[in-house]
Amino acid sequence: MTAVFEFEHVRVRFDEHEALRGIGLAIEDRRVTVLTGPSGSGKTTLLRLCNRLEVPTSGRVTFRGTDLSSLDPLGLRKRVGMVFQRPALFAGTVRDNLAAALPAEDSIYEEVLARVGLQSASLDNLGDTLSGGEAQRACLARTLLTDPEVLLMDEPTSSLDERATRILEELATDLVRQGLTVVWVSHDLAQVRRIAEETVVLIDGSIVTGEPASRYLARDS
Amino acid sequence: MILAASGTSGYVGWLGLLASLSLVGLAVAISLWQQLGLEGSLLWASVRAIVQLLAVGALLAVVLSPHVPLLLSWLWVGFMVLFAAETIRRRAPEIPGARRLALTSLGLATALTLALLFGLGIFPVDARTVVPLAGMVVGNSLTATVVAARRVVGELSDKRAEVEARLALGHSSHDAARPYVRDALRTAMITQIESTKAVGLVFLPGAMTGLILAGEKPIDAVLVQAAVMFLILGAVATTATTMALTLARRLFTADHRLVRLARRA
Repeated sequence: MTAVFEFEHVRVRFDEHEALRGIGLAIEDRRVTVLTGPSGSGKTTLLRLCNRLEVPTSGRVTFRGTDLSSLDPLGLRKRVGMVFQRPALFAGTVRDNLAAALPAEDSIYEEVLARVGLQSASLDNLGDTLSGGEAQRACLARTLLTDPEVLLMDEPTSSLDERATRILEELATDLVRQGLTVVWVSHDLAQVRRIAEETVVLIDGSIVTGEPASRYLARDS
Repeated sequence: MILAASGTSGYVGWLGLLASLSLVGLAVAISLWQQLGLEGSLLWASVRAIVQLLAVGALLAVVLSPHVPLLLSWLWVGFMVLFAAETIRRRAPEIPGARRLALTSLGLATALTLALLFGLGIFPVDARTVVPLAGMVVGNSLTATVVAARRVVGELSDKRAEVEARLALGHSSHDAARPYVRDALRTAMITQIESTKAVGLVFLPGAMTGLILAGEKPIDAVLVQAAVMFLILGAVATTATTMALTLARRLFTADHRLVRLARRA
């Protein structure tokens, strides 16, 4: 297995708060890696380091062996797509949203909508008329249009119902079968059990392993 | 009759000024009647306005007198821009670097609009035109500049998730901020546009009213007023746009990340 991302002694500090305390981690290619842990443990900060929406206070992060700080952030973000906790659709129709990622013919949009299980008729729908699950899938479609190698999923199902959650989970695992790498943040331990091929447990800004990690993962979700 | 003493040319005189204070008295009476607690503010604002205007009048008399170099008028303009920038900093303390941004915006707008106005020969360059026209530019741009700055910070803060979703798609910070900067600019400019549309129908603007009261022909007053209104429109657009664009740029890091923003309480 080759590592997509490697974290070496990574610390992130926001004013007085240390969000990550000396992280060392390798995230494997073409796997679903789930970052889990209690609220405020640094999961989202760790995820946002992968596409440089955050930068380390010290230490370094590499992407396929290259230090992230030496890569063009705009090019990197097309290769490392991200879906956020709440569907962040822009004003306008689904087509407008897809065009924000890639101006293209409708046939390209219909194809990507089919990939995420949405009807092509929804192209003309206004973003705010979609259900939470549809909106999140539209966001995923928008992200896929940049043809990413990695998908960062920041608790993407936290505002979705059970059915919509399962659909998104299946989509993510399908995408891994198609060759993508998925890094998924979740505090839902049942979800971790369903989708994780690799699990990283974060507590209070540090990665825990062994007995403390097993104890955390064994809790009722 | 006190006002009869003022004649027909619009000359008010000291007695006329005293008589006009009866209108302040009316405002104070309304404040007392409705228990608004604004009597002190009304009186203080009125006294302050008289003192400030008298001071300005005395200074203008110096600047406008023959043999006084035009440089003095331009120094006055510089002072107005500095004072306005400080006012903006005080009115919008949540804006990072507000004073410097305001100085840039107001300085650019003043230079650009006056260069056009004088360059095209619409008004002659002399002490009688430089200070009042610059005053129109700076005074009318002040509110629009504050609105533009506040709206940019508010939009980028409220819609942080959308902005970051755009950045995550590989958009540059400039492209990611553009829809929100555009909304901020529309809000900042709409008041002046509405005011321009309503002129003559809903209200008679100050410059025109002043000229008519001073005995100018209405058509001459209209022409001056129209040029002044267009000057203000251009100045508001320039200051608001400069402020919004430079501020938006400041709210992102060089590697296209949105900084943490403090919202106004």
